[in-house]
Amino acid sequence: MSAAIKVSGVGKRYELRKEGSRSYTTLTDSLSGIFRSRSAKEEFWALRDLDFEIQQGERVGIIGRNGAGKSTLLKVLSRIVKPTTGRVELRGRIASLLEVGTGFHPELSGRENIFLNGSILGMTKAEIKSKFDEIVAFSEVEKFLDTPVKRYSSGMYVRLAFAVAAHLEPEILIVDEVLAVGDQEFQRKCLGKMKDVAGSGRTVILVSHNMAAVQHLCERAIYLRNGQLVESGSAESVIATYLRAAQGPAAANLAVRTDRNGNGKVKFISLALRDPNGNELSALTCGQEGRIELQLRNESRSAINGLMLSVGIDDNLGNRIALLSNEVTGQIANNVTGENVTANIILPRVPMKQGTYGLTLFASSNGEVCDWIQDAVMMNVDAGDFYSSGKLPPDGQGYMCIDHRFDIK
Amino acid sequence: MEQPLIIVDAERSDRGYWKDVWRYRGLFTFLAWRDLLVRYKQTFIGVAWAVIRPLLTIVVFSFFRYLMNSSTPIEDCIMIVSVATIPWQLFASALGESSNSLVANSSLLTKVYFPRVIVPLSTIIVCIVDFLLSLLILAGVMIYFGHVPSWHALYLPVFMLLALLASIGTGLFLAALNVKYRDFRYVVPFIIQLGLFISPIAISSADVYASTKVPDILKGLYSLNPMVAVIDGFRWCLLDTPFVVNQTGLILSLGVTLLMLILGTWYFRRVESTFADIV
Repeated sequence: MSAAIKVSGVGKRYELRKEGSRSYTTLTDSLSGIFRSRSAKEEFWALRDLDFEIQQGERVGIIGRNGAGKSTLLKVLSRIVKPTTGRVELRGRIASLLEVGTGFHPELSGRENIFLNGSILGMTKAEIKSKFDEIVAFSEVEKFLDTPVKRYSSGMYVRLAFAVAAHLEPEILIVDEVLAVGDQEFQRKCLGKMKDVAGSGRTVILVSHNMAAVQHLCERAIYLRNGQLVESGSAESVIATYLRAAQGPAAANLAVRTDRNGNGKVKFISLALRDPNGNELSALTCGQEGRIELQLRNESRSAINGLMLSVGIDDNLGNRIALLSNEVTGQIANNVTGENVTANIILPRVPMKQGTYGLTLFASSNGEVCDWIQDAVMMNVDAGDFYSSGKLPPDGQGYMCIDHRFDIK
Repeated sequence: MEQPLIIVDAERSDRGYWKDVWRYRGLFTFLAWRDLLVRYKQTFIGVAWAVIRPLLTIVVFSFFRYLMNSSTPIEDCIMIVSVATIPWQLFASALGESSNSLVANSSLLTKVYFPRVIVPLSTIIVCIVDFLLSLLILAGVMIYFGHVPSWHALYLPVFMLLALLASIGTGLFLAALNVKYRDFRYVVPFIIQLGLFISPIAISSADVYASTKVPDILKGLYSLNPMVAVIDGFRWCLLDTPFVVNQTGLILSLGVTLLMLILGTWYFRRVESTFADIV
């Protein structure tokens, strides 16, 4: 067996622009930029010094938190973006499936889109023709083949798109999170199909948040954090490492973290979730009282004044959804003398809905940054009856519960 | 089983790029086919679009020409203008569509690999089909006025190719610039609009060169416009008007086309690997 994919020293650098979030620019920006300092740009390594090999016929899952560089790695492997450093060797025909229905055109019929999408994914016309009936059968949309896909329900759309993708026969298949679409039954069908593909000796690389899917499909896994490889090995052991790291506060020993900023006069040591009686929790529950307990160490051997602490709460895409801070509550601490400091943040009724949230910790003293750890820990929140109405707030409708009531006359 | 080895190296540009373009010719066909289908799906609007645009231009510019030079009978004005409008329309739409194509297909660029040059090139197919349709208008005009072109008409494909080459070079250049600098989206229509007036559509090259009011330097600049050679060529092919652009003018015009083709391809290739990062 020889290596299907060989990655050596691969890094990918992006330049972040301070203002705005667009990646492109305008000529006006560039011209006016001449007169501005160049420090407005910030470098960011999405991937750094990656080295690994994937053997022919291996099924490999890539796991890691959001922003760990998984998608960038897939894009580099599928040749969509070029690495800034290093080298990738790929042996065989590659097909990448980073999105369901890439290139689908809403005005065209299902039949036409099968051909279009197939060719975009790298199939030849003859291949598509020979698999056409299979694709149609798999998608279960026979009756609507000649209807423009803009009239399809989202379920039909996804089924048709996946059906095309499922019939690709490249030597290397790269798949990003697409299993997370469609209804349960269709997902099962897709998983089965993926397993067939993998079983036929092809190399499959899969990115997923669904650990069950990774464990089910892959024999090996690669765990990325901050663009770097943490562990590569059997799927079982890598997933275990990942889950331990993502497990949450109990395991979050912050003292050893090196990815922090600040002068270090005050440092975060640990974070724990507790119930009102002080028992440690693995997750808070929506609608119930909970505490976030921060342990800090005063390293300055003198009294700390103007101690400001904050916890930023991010959704799973990294968007800030709320900030807990003793500044906004008017509780800035002065004359903190002890070496060990405990700060309890009391949430009388946890407003976050079920999910996993990233916590960013920040401490400053008289305006000077002492410690700042981005994405310090992942916090799990369990579903709960926030409104005491016996009903759970629906999924996919925001992250927070807002205390409210209706008055209908 | 054949297993090509693909090497992506940060330090070097891709080898075998043009071989890859050939391997992906199927995608080229499908993208062109998609654009055609979408354009002509609603048959009436599709065909009407291909016909109405040149037709209106012909009407307006024939009238201009007639006003400027009322000694020419109106039917001659219509013929002279139509023969110029059709290739101009080919150039203008090919340039416009190809410059916009990368941004319009940004979802493809960020999701799959293929040689990016396929996108702007495939959009030109629709323009060619539109052009062939609009040739029918031209045929209609000629039949109506009872004009039979001479054997010169056999050279028509040469000048059509010249118009395409001129639009491809500039189109590749502008398409690549458009990805990085989005304000080129406003520049392209301006170039096309300006081009309409500095190309011999309502006017004739013969008048420009013969005029004593036009300084020589402007006459030189005028012949740098690649479309001057194309339009004069079309008139020569179909109307037998003497080919007034002198040899130097023709060579200059060809030179500009070639230069733009090289420059456009070079710049496109140079920035191509960054498209997916910034589009």
